[in-house]
Amino acid sequence: MVSLPAESPQASDHASRGRPVTRLERRSRWRWHEILFWLAVASCPLVVPDDLVLASQVLIAGLFALSLDLLLGYGGIVSLGHAAFFGVGAYAAGLLARHGWGEPISGLLLSGALAGLLGFALSFIIVRVRGIALLMVTLGVSLVLHEAAVKGYAVTGGDDGLQGIVLDPLLGLFPMDMWGRTAFGYSLAVAFAGFLLARRLVSSPFGLALQGMRENGRRMAAIGAPLRRHSALIYTVSAALAGVAGALLTQTTEFVSVEVLGFQRSAEVLIMLILGGAGHLYGAFIGAAVFMIVRDQLAAANPEYWFFWLGLMLVLVVLFARGGIIGGIATIAAHFRKGGSR
Amino acid sequence: MTAALATPALATDGLSVNFGALLATQNVSLDLPAGARHALIGPNGAGKTTLINLLTGLLRPSGGEIRLHGATITHASPAERVRRGLVRTFQINSLFPALTPLESVTLAVCERRGLTRSWLSRLSRRTDAIDEALALLDRLGLGPDAERPTRELAYGRQRLVEIALALACEPRVLLLDEPAAGVPARESAELFEVIAGLPRDLAILFIEHDMDLVFRFADRITVLVGGQVLCHGTPAEIAENPEVRRVYLGSSGHG
Amino acid sequence: MMVSLGNVLFNGLAYGMLLFVISVGLSVTMGLMGFANLAHGAFAMLGGYVATTLMNRAGVPFLLTLPIAFVAVAAASFVLERVLYRRLYRAGELDQVLLTIGLVFMAVAGATYVWGPGQQPVRMPDYLTGQWTVAGIDIGVYRLFLILVGIAVTAALVLGIERTRFGAMIRAAVDNPRMAQGCGINVNRVFSLTFMAGSGLAGLGGAVGINLIGLDPGFPIKFMVYFLIVVAVGGLGSIKGSLIAALLLGVFDVGGKYYVPEVGAFIIYAVMVSLLLWRPAGLFGRR
Repeated sequence: MVSLPAESPQASDHASRGRPVTRLERRSRWRWHEILFWLAVASCPLVVPDDLVLASQVLIAGLFALSLDLLLGYGGIVSLGHAAFFGVGAYAAGLLARHGWGEPISGLLLSGALAGLLGFALSFIIVRVRGIALLMVTLGVSLVLHEAAVKGYAVTGGDDGLQGIVLDPLLGLFPMDMWGRTAFGYSLAVAFAGFLLARRLVSSPFGLALQGMRENGRRMAAIGAPLRRHSALIYTVSAALAGVAGALLTQTTEFVSVEVLGFQRSAEVLIMLILGGAGHLYGAFIGAAVFMIVRDQLAAANPEYWFFWLGLMLVLVVLFARGGIIGGIATIAAHFRKGGSR
Repeated sequence: MTAALATPALATDGLSVNFGALLATQNVSLDLPAGARHALIGPNGAGKTTLINLLTGLLRPSGGEIRLHGATITHASPAERVRRGLVRTFQINSLFPALTPLESVTLAVCERRGLTRSWLSRLSRRTDAIDEALALLDRLGLGPDAERPTRELAYGRQRLVEIALALACEPRVLLLDEPAAGVPARESAELFEVIAGLPRDLAILFIEHDMDLVFRFADRITVLVGGQVLCHGTPAEIAENPEVRRVYLGSSGHG
Repeated sequence: MMVSLGNVLFNGLAYGMLLFVISVGLSVTMGLMGFANLAHGAFAMLGGYVATTLMNRAGVPFLLTLPIAFVAVAAASFVLERVLYRRLYRAGELDQVLLTIGLVFMAVAGATYVWGPGQQPVRMPDYLTGQWTVAGIDIGVYRLFLILVGIAVTAALVLGIERTRFGAMIRAAVDNPRMAQGCGINVNRVFSLTFMAGSGLAGLGGAVGINLIGLDPGFPIKFMVYFLIVVAVGGLGSIKGSLIAALLLGVFDVGGKYYVPEVGAFIIYAVMVSLLLWRPAGLFGRR
């Protein structure tokens, strides 16, 4: 039915290899539930036409969480300040559009590149610290940027946010519309492209090295791995993806609030990822969806309650469901599979 | 005299390190020819693991020199030493618990070949690397466990993964820090059979407490006491050495 | 109008002493168990609310609310430590961070629910409201009181840790937990008690400092970074380090607000980051 590029060459390899295909090799193939997942997302305009704005927000948050998943879920590098990259991308996109660069796609890529550059530069200082110092340094960098945005009123608009952002129509054809149809399509395309990139990265040899770093950095050094190089690469890619997510938020809302750099955003993206399940790619999107939909329901009624439930959710996930939603699903699926074979 | 004899695979010259006032390693000189099966023995706290940490670059020596095939590596980074063929295993398992042995060994193969620079190509296309990892695992009898998470394997099997990871780096000198630590006696003999079956040109320096294994598998022995070399010699010489018997083996002989 | 350097120093020292009283417990517990506790500020907030509630609703005198805040917060922290924290001593920092962020969120929501979203009004007793001018420096009695509290806490901690048997156990446990356990010290119990005392001090600080730094449900988030800076810059487990870091932070924060308000906290964060890169274990941390 669905023929995907990854499958056919592998099947033909089999004979020449003269051995069964290992699970390691099969892992990067597309599975039916992955296709279902993206079909479901793409069907939002038909299923929930009135909630497309929320759906776009979920995709953007999901892309942001995905960028953290590469760093944390795969690389095992904790960050308390990932909003730094998201915020830099968001402001870059806003400033570009405000100063005449209204073309969205090049603006998006430029903003991502700028955030990636920041990530690259920071990677060299971040490999020097670990543990609590690492938490403080990542947090500190995002706070520095946040303060800079608050105080740099002339450039950023300070607490009032950056206004007057006007974008050209997407591809020269589609202006942003009131119902968020263009924004949704755009967000979906960018999120999917980001996902494909992340998926390719984790199934590359480098992706395996990343998991090695997460599992045991000392052993990685003992097998001759260039750890500095590895962390520089993953920091750059993760920061660039986060920057693209931030730029996407700016372009779809045509506004930048100083909150894009805030600690709360760093904390929220961490929560989304842990809630969905780190180290699975899809956990980022599922966590973002659950987080934002629940917040949409609860926060409308009473923002204080929302914080309480959010905190409780976090405590429970840490204590009882470390794998998050995806981890839970995987456990249940494994249970059924075992039951079925018996 | 052949060139191989002239240039030892691994040599140290007056190697020393101190932690504060404690002289953990003093003036240690060692020579390992290619193909050596060299045992490092000594009572607890003699500085055996410290010496391995010095050789692999985890510790910086305060004096002396380390040469690998004649080239000085005293100040090379740990990763650089691995790339030049000086590889170690750990006394306490230091593995990738969530990865399978196949993934772990493939990772080591990829790192050695510089494939991990690639982040946009599929690992599944690197059948050569995976084939190499599978062959290595088969050689060590790990084939059946190749695709189970390492943390689920029995302890003795995990010890083999330790060795497999090191071998995947294509060492020319292999440092085994108590390879059979914590493994039941019967299995540890099997483990040493595996080690004995490694390629003949590979120089091996191993730490081991079980004297039966040491005398069975070593062709030379260095006795370390208080961070200093007490003596070098063949197993027969060491067994006869009265000082060794007194200081280390006790009067009852080895065992 | 330019504020004199003397005033900045005095106000900065008062603020720094308050930061020290609140943060020192966090430093010792993080040094002892390596536990990344972001919820420490919630204990300080609780102390503040205990004090204001007692003062405003029951008419308890201010000075008497301070020991009560200490005891109440210590008791609450004991329960949390037993029920939640204990489970994560062996977990990574990430789990600890997530758990304690969760607790912060719950504390913020809980405080809003019970005490409302606004600032708590407090009225300091008359004997703490005056002000003298000495050599051109305005000495506020309340701030002087904060400094005295800080000195008293420092003296108590130094004597307690240097001179008592329990203090020796703490030192041994911070130095090398495994060795201490091997020497027959019940490290878990030492930690429990230290955690209680440290949280109690945070509660005391939260209560005594309301007049200077205010009290509202956002407190644990607003000041989290400051407490963490004191701990990280001072060096985990170092009382001397915490004191010096807290005083520096206090003076620079106050000075920055007076002299270069347009820069704000920017410099503080930037200095913290560069300091940690220079010395990842902090000024007085052992490496």
